[in-house]
Amino acid sequence: MQRMACSFPDEVLEHVFSFVQCDNDRNAISTVCKSWYKIERWSRRRVFVGNCYAISPGMVIRRFPELRSIELKGKPHFADFNLVPDGWGGYVAPWISAMAAAYPWLEEIRLKRMVITDENLELIAKSFKNFKVLVLSSCEGFSTEGLAAVAANCRNLRELDLRESEVEDLSGHWLSHFPDDYTSLVSLNIACLGCEVSFSALERLVGRCPNLRTLRLNRAVPLDKLANLLRRAPQLVELGTGAYSSELRPDVFSNLSGAFSGCKELKSLSGFWDVVPGYLPAVYPICCRLTTLNLSYATIQSPDLIKLVGQCQNLQRLWVLDYIEDAGLDAVAASCKGLRELRVFPSDPFGPEPNVLLTEQGLVSVSEGCPKLQSVLYFCRQMSNAALMTIARNRPNMTRFRLCIIEPGTPDYLTLQPLDVGFGAIVEHCKDLQRLSLSGLLTDRVFEYIGTYAKKLEMLSVAFAGESDLGLHHVLSGCENLRKLEIRDCPFGDKALLANAAKLETMRSLWMSSCSVTFGACKLLGQKMPRLNVEVIDERGPPDSRPERCPIEKLYIYRTVAGPRFDMPGFVWTIDEDSAMRLS
Amino acid sequence: MSPENGKHLPESDATGLNLKETELTLRLPGETRGDIEIKAKSGTKRGFSQIIDLNHDRSSDVHEHDDRGCDKLENETLALQPPAAKAQIVGWPPVRGFRKNAMKSFKFVKVAVDGAPFLRKLDLELYSSYQELLCAFDNMFSCLTICNYLNEKKLMDTANGVEYVPTYEDKDGDWMLVGDVPWKMFVESCKRLRLMKSSEAIGLAPRTPQQSASTS
Repeated sequence: MQRMACSFPDEVLEHVFSFVQCDNDRNAISTVCKSWYKIERWSRRRVFVGNCYAISPGMVIRRFPELRSIELKGKPHFADFNLVPDGWGGYVAPWISAMAAAYPWLEEIRLKRMVITDENLELIAKSFKNFKVLVLSSCEGFSTEGLAAVAANCRNLRELDLRESEVEDLSGHWLSHFPDDYTSLVSLNIACLGCEVSFSALERLVGRCPNLRTLRLNRAVPLDKLANLLRRAPQLVELGTGAYSSELRPDVFSNLSGAFSGCKELKSLSGFWDVVPGYLPAVYPICCRLTTLNLSYATIQSPDLIKLVGQCQNLQRLWVLDYIEDAGLDAVAASCKGLRELRVFPSDPFGPEPNVLLTEQGLVSVSEGCPKLQSVLYFCRQMSNAALMTIARNRPNMTRFRLCIIEPGTPDYLTLQPLDVGFGAIVEHCKDLQRLSLSGLLTDRVFEYIGTYAKKLEMLSVAFAGESDLGLHHVLSGCENLRKLEIRDCPFGDKALLANAAKLETMRSLWMSSCSVTFGACKLLGQKMPRLNVEVIDERGPPDSRPERCPIEKLYIYRTVAGPRFDMPGFVWTIDEDSAMRLS
Repeated sequence: MSPENGKHLPESDATGLNLKETELTLRLPGETRGDIEIKAKSGTKRGFSQIIDLNHDRSSDVHEHDDRGCDKLENETLALQPPAAKAQIVGWPPVRGFRKNAMKSFKFVKVAVDGAPFLRKLDLELYSSYQELLCAFDNMFSCLTICNYLNEKKLMDTANGVEYVPTYEDKDGDWMLVGDVPWKMFVESCKRLRLMKSSEAIGLAPRTPQQSASTS
């Protein structure tokens, strides 16, 4: 083997490796032999770090000296639902500082759930001469001032995508900082911004960037300005409208309709805040080309939705509010035969009573009518084992199944039984299932099914379910490919955790909140497992000040080669090897 | 802690440090903000800090509002309570903040208090009655307290006994007394609020008890 490897010059191997882009394959290549490891590390251009605390910036830089693209993720997923207190961490600053020195030719930074400041953005803008792509997904900590710095300095910027980030809106003038001779914009997503951006600056920007493919506007861009933008960018492939409301006027309508018709490449639509249904027909001419439609902010009722989706025969991804109702989903099942992904969001998640006629039947219809359906996120108020079994048998190709029955602990509404067998059918039939979220009334049995059948499962989300540690044990001992497990409000305690300690090193992370894990168990885990960071998140003060058997509030365990982190706030408690309690 | 008996009047919290606000309270399942009234007679005052309001979830608002150590207690009551009422469980159903906000309409208006160095802003869409608005003023401005005076609720600076009258600027640019029109009409037409010292509001502030302040 050694002789074979040496018979090719490095340049040839490097060239061969350049055809391998997938991270897992690249990792595999690097383990073949030392020489391949060396060649691979010098030629790796892109790295994905799923947990920014699993490794230090220095370690990444030492191993991969020629990176052009990095993706980092920070806070755990449950931070999206306010379960992670502010100040927990996920700061990108040390990464930016280190990379500013080491990677002058860095082109792409993609962050998810991280804290990035204006200073960090300014450093990016100054340090990377060929910077091209900035994607900030669910990030926070910065303002429009930071964006102005990026706009002003990144002459080769192609993508600026602020996906659902929380941005402090100081002024809409940041957009005017793009220089007049800047023309390389390909993708701009500012949908999350609250303030009005300077519209004339936006128009000019759009007009002078011939390669613009993606434009996602924010709510503040009024409908009557949309047509102008579209006429300047008829090559757009993805569009997010601003507010889709205006007094119904024939001239505005025909202008808009004409502008949409001129966009022959448009495949994806989103936005539609404050929709006035009378303006929906303006998009009818392009519906047949649409592959993605995000109506999850559109408060339009089922009949209007039916008319719209009925024309989208090529739709692959549909995000919609539960106003679509079962009748609307029947229409989807009949018209959208290529549908791969469906997400139905609740219009009134906190109301005590159902406000729409959306039940399990809608999902069953779509599972019957759409043979390619593989990804589902569905909020509803009732479910039955029978429906779940039908869905499972209809769609064994399902890979992502997230069901949220709004009231915790809701049983099968027909039989009043737990939904164990229904979810059991899902994991049994859908052999390639990668992601699963459970809800409703569930006993330990559902976890037995999951441990037995869900062999490809990588991410599991559990809430208000289970009866004992056995449930957790089934999952940790059975799910061979589990990477992320997040649990809240379940009666799982120390036993399953300690019995499966080794498993935790094979996973990216485990989150448990409002369960029955004690501080004693956490200390033990922290002491015995040096390659795990065991973080107890508890805002009630030092865990030692309570009896050792008192359950902790929240627990976040993740594997790491970087050791304990240095930026923990006062409410995060960890244990290191010499069993001293470490404070921040 | 102050005893909860029928005779207790909130203005005896003369320091403005409302200890009542930090008390743990239990709310009935399904009880909404609209059900919470100023129980001046029983002495039980519910501040908004006690209402686990997921709608407050706008960027920094969660920790800006009434941050007198109540947040910790709120979390504790949440952890102890069974998931009886949906609205009381943190992070459930798992709908992201921006999605909740995008669905809601909001109406932020500036609130000026005579003599205060800076203005505040409040979202009128969060409240459903004049009672709740008065409560909001009470919470937002630490010097002000709602007092019961001749069967009428007034906003007072208990440190110096000055009474404040809530007024607003409407769409026409006129300054109006808060409380005359139905709540929703008020929200629609209100552009900004001013809490005026009653000494300046001569001729405006009602001297005799009226029904109007309690319409919603």
